[in-house]
Amino acid sequence: MVTAQQVWAALAEIPDPEIPVISLVDLGVIRDVGVENGTVRVDFTPTFLGCPALEVMSDAMAERIRALGAEPEINVRADDSWSTDRITPAGREKLRSSGFAPPTPRDATAPTLVQLQSNVFRCPYCGSTDTRLENIFGPTPCRSLRYCTSCRQPFEQFKTI
Amino acid sequence: MNEQDARSLLEIADDELILGWRDSEWTGIAPFLEEDVAFSSIAQNEIGHARALYELVAREGGTTADELAFDRPPEEYRCSALVERRFLDWEQTIARHYLYETADEGRLQELKASGDPEVAGLAAKIDREEAYHRMHARMWFDRLKDEQRFTAALEELRPLLDAGRDQHTPELAELWEEMTMVRRSQPAGTRW
Repeated sequence: MVTAQQVWAALAEIPDPEIPVISLVDLGVIRDVGVENGTVRVDFTPTFLGCPALEVMSDAMAERIRALGAEPEINVRADDSWSTDRITPAGREKLRSSGFAPPTPRDATAPTLVQLQSNVFRCPYCGSTDTRLENIFGPTPCRSLRYCTSCRQPFEQFKTI
Repeated sequence: MNEQDARSLLEIADDELILGWRDSEWTGIAPFLEEDVAFSSIAQNEIGHARALYELVAREGGTTADELAFDRPPEEYRCSALVERRFLDWEQTIARHYLYETADEGRLQELKASGDPEVAGLAAKIDREEAYHRMHARMWFDRLKDEQRFTAALEELRPLLDAGRDQHTPELAELWEEMTMVRRSQPAGTRW
């Protein structure tokens, strides 16, 4: 009989389809795992609603659960319960070491352009805060583009959600 | 979900689907690369919002998100004329973006206060993403606010916000043909 702990361990091996250095567990998209009578229920919260990686993530979770000999049930929770604050400390470190600046903490109010244009964002390559906003949007919905004036390196900044 | 919430969600879903389609028309041909990326990303978000909203409405009505999005005739859509128009001019695109995002913020605030936790939760999720769209729209508003072509576009398009949702432009029918073409043709081997 499969245990919730085994399921968590299996899910921790699934890489994020777009940023494979971090796992789905690091990303904080798995809210809960429940095991009952051979069925494994996973509560899954999307990052961005339009993210094409969501289907890939669901399919990968279902496949891992079947490999453990259980029937998967993936419940997508389309609410406000996922935030970039849920990315684990280990996940943030993996992002940084791969050249993605981790998100800043979520505030009570929505982020503003003035905040994004300020120089509190640290370059993941050289650590300088002498960085500027290049584009609010980036290669995927979850990222912005910045440029480090200090080491002259463009980099991707995780948007705070 | 009460009837008014369902109606409101369907209006927003239709707006976001059609606007997402229109915004994606800039992919590859925006005035510069940053905007190509921005409008592609915004389009992707809008269509993601439409899908989540359709799914919620579909579950209540015993149908599917795809059926709601693509199997209704164009005259039954509840979108605003503002999102239907096909714009080839940047100033009109930015004027629409600014008008739409500003109006959208108001109705999302109302939905966030809904007594239905699923509706309120989804509205809160959408609003987090829309914050970046609003930021982008206001950035462009500040850049262009003193340009006569832009202020003229704002004046031209503003009335469309209140033009109602029962009458549609011929541009919606054209877009619908394009949007549902593959689905209606049912190529061999496809299942919906």
